[in-house]
Amino acid sequence: MKDTSKIKMQLQCPLPKLDFEYITLGHGSGGLLTHKLLESGVFDLLSNEHLDKQDDGAFLTLKHEIAITTDSFVISPIFFPGGNIGELSVFGTVNDLAMCGADPKYLTLSFIIEEGLLFKEFWEVLVGIKWAADKANVKIVTGDTKVVDRGKADKIFINTTGIGEVHSNAKIDINRIKVGDKIICSGNIATHGMAIMSVREGLEFESTIESDTQELNHLTAALIKQYGSAIKFLRDPTRGGLGTILAEISKDTNVGIDVLHDSIPIDPLVFSACELLGLDPIYVANEGIFICIIDGQVAEAATEFLQKLAYSENAAIIGEIVEDHPNKTVLVSPIGGRRVINLPVGEQLPRIC
Amino acid sequence: MKYLDEFRDSTLLKEYLAEIKCTVTRPWSIMEVCGGQTHSLVKHGILRLIPDHINMIHGPGCPVCVTPLHLIDKAVHLALDKNVILCSFGDMLRVPGSEKSLLEAKAEGADIRILYSPLEAVRLAENHPDREIVFFAVGFETTAPANAMSVLQASKLGLTNFSILTSHVLVPPAMEAVLDDPETKIDGFLAAGHVCSIMGIDEYYPIVEKFKVPIVVTGFEPVDLLHGILMTVRQLERGEYKLENQYSRIVKDEGNVNAKKVINDAFEILDREWRGIGTIPASGYELRKDFQAFDANKKFNIDLPKVREHEICIAGDILKGKKKPHQCEAFGKTCKPETPLGAPMVSSEGACAAYYHYSNQDAITT
Repeated sequence: MKDTSKIKMQLQCPLPKLDFEYITLGHGSGGLLTHKLLESGVFDLLSNEHLDKQDDGAFLTLKHEIAITTDSFVISPIFFPGGNIGELSVFGTVNDLAMCGADPKYLTLSFIIEEGLLFKEFWEVLVGIKWAADKANVKIVTGDTKVVDRGKADKIFINTTGIGEVHSNAKIDINRIKVGDKIICSGNIATHGMAIMSVREGLEFESTIESDTQELNHLTAALIKQYGSAIKFLRDPTRGGLGTILAEISKDTNVGIDVLHDSIPIDPLVFSACELLGLDPIYVANEGIFICIIDGQVAEAATEFLQKLAYSENAAIIGEIVEDHPNKTVLVSPIGGRRVINLPVGEQLPRIC
Repeated sequence: MKYLDEFRDSTLLKEYLAEIKCTVTRPWSIMEVCGGQTHSLVKHGILRLIPDHINMIHGPGCPVCVTPLHLIDKAVHLALDKNVILCSFGDMLRVPGSEKSLLEAKAEGADIRILYSPLEAVRLAENHPDREIVFFAVGFETTAPANAMSVLQASKLGLTNFSILTSHVLVPPAMEAVLDDPETKIDGFLAAGHVCSIMGIDEYYPIVEKFKVPIVVTGFEPVDLLHGILMTVRQLERGEYKLENQYSRIVKDEGNVNAKKVINDAFEILDREWRGIGTIPASGYELRKDFQAFDANKKFNIDLPKVREHEICIAGDILKGKKKPHQCEAFGKTCKPETPLGAPMVSSEGACAAYYHYSNQDAITT
């Protein structure tokens, strides 16, 4: 998805002129070099009333019940078609809060940098963080930077912890899922995973697939505002993809799930790439979609509601909770073939031929 | 996706199914040679939809499954050498060796790279002149051209740090071995479409004549498979035995002439050991004398003790079509994809993995 705000942000935040090119161990020592690194423009870039105080921690006041989550981002490569690790580290945590029915407010930001990372690359990641935080309407309120020896990290690892206020009419509870509820998928599956795959060393293939990494909090807020407690469960199927999440739900709640293969939205390019590499798209990672388990009575209306919003135009009902086969998620093929969706064994590995 | 959707079309599938039902009058055993075909049959629920009279027997066409145990041990041994970057197709990584898999070796610190093309390994060799790059070159005739090309390319570039650990196997001798086995009763074959797209179809005429068995070169999509089954059943019901080509949109009679030339330039045919089956005469490729500097087997001269297969695992019987995965006492119990006893439970083309992932799972306690 082309977003001009990203390009604008990149233009507004040119690379600062510095007397160092690489990040070295000294930049994580807490001494002069650390100050030099942070004062290089990092604080200015992420500036807000909390961060500007440069205290050891941030003092925050919230009005409602809070949700808190944390996530670490260790992807390779750190730049990929459609995004970078910085954007991912903001959207990932924001989305986890959104899936709790919360309105994300504040993030912490922690870097573990491998010495030798180009400052230019670090800056690009930071600009991504700034852009994503603005877009998701969250503030980075405190952070940390460590630098480790070469080989002890892979360029840069980022951890973010997020706090959000739970929407007053949200009632997200996996135990409320019951027979007759429907499963909505908010958009095309497998896009992020295939975008990463297309640039991974050894697997490069020509494609125009771009990651779908994006904030989902505005979508879930709108959905919760409209449908409140009819929404039983929200989850963004990141690592392990749609299949893993559905298999987990059926196991955790002892319900049966039927998924109609042909109803799952997927971009034809992404589907082709999966076919070529021999990967099952239901197990491929996503970063910009969520699934919603919702009361069957309002499922169609909620799907149409989502289809009118940006980022969820391809929303579709993909399945339902059924009485048969408790504990199992079953994928139904167009000719009536049925197969159980299991938890995957480790990472999907490309096949031989 | 063009060229795919039309071969998964449910109306067409139902028509083929109905036609098969009308045609079949007696029990027939048909072997689909390729593991990719097995997976497609199970994944799309075709085994449950075809008439009971038709017994699909799953063939040995799974490259990962037939790669000998001692060769996997060799790959693991090489990978653990700090000077070596071992490159492999992804599928090989989880296959259990006698002590560990390549994935476990990777966790121990081995530098193992998953590649799609062996030519990437040549590039690695160029970029890492201080390291030995070994490509684990397994597969049937389908992967042979690219593997051959990697050696020709490395030779042209004058690289001395590139080699392949080869375990190339050939389909027609394996089909003959299966037919020669008195315990296996097969009435007809769906030959592996992709293999034929490289090699053409000529090598199958002698098998048809010698064993009086119908062979239909078949593709991998549901429509292909049902069409292939129908063509085979028609021959069987009429008492005919012919070579037919269902997959004519891909497979030309002469195959891919350029690919065959590349194979012939780099490889020669020799006897080859198949995991679970044993040695089959003239059933594999090895690098020609001119290219022995690129043969990891010779270059590294690793002498590892021969090890025995797991006692309970019946992978050999599965590969020869004598037994089905669920007839194994370990299936779904002690043998699962996360704790495999044999290779067919690991590979994306293995029959056991296909059964485990896609069918008969009510019997599985997870």
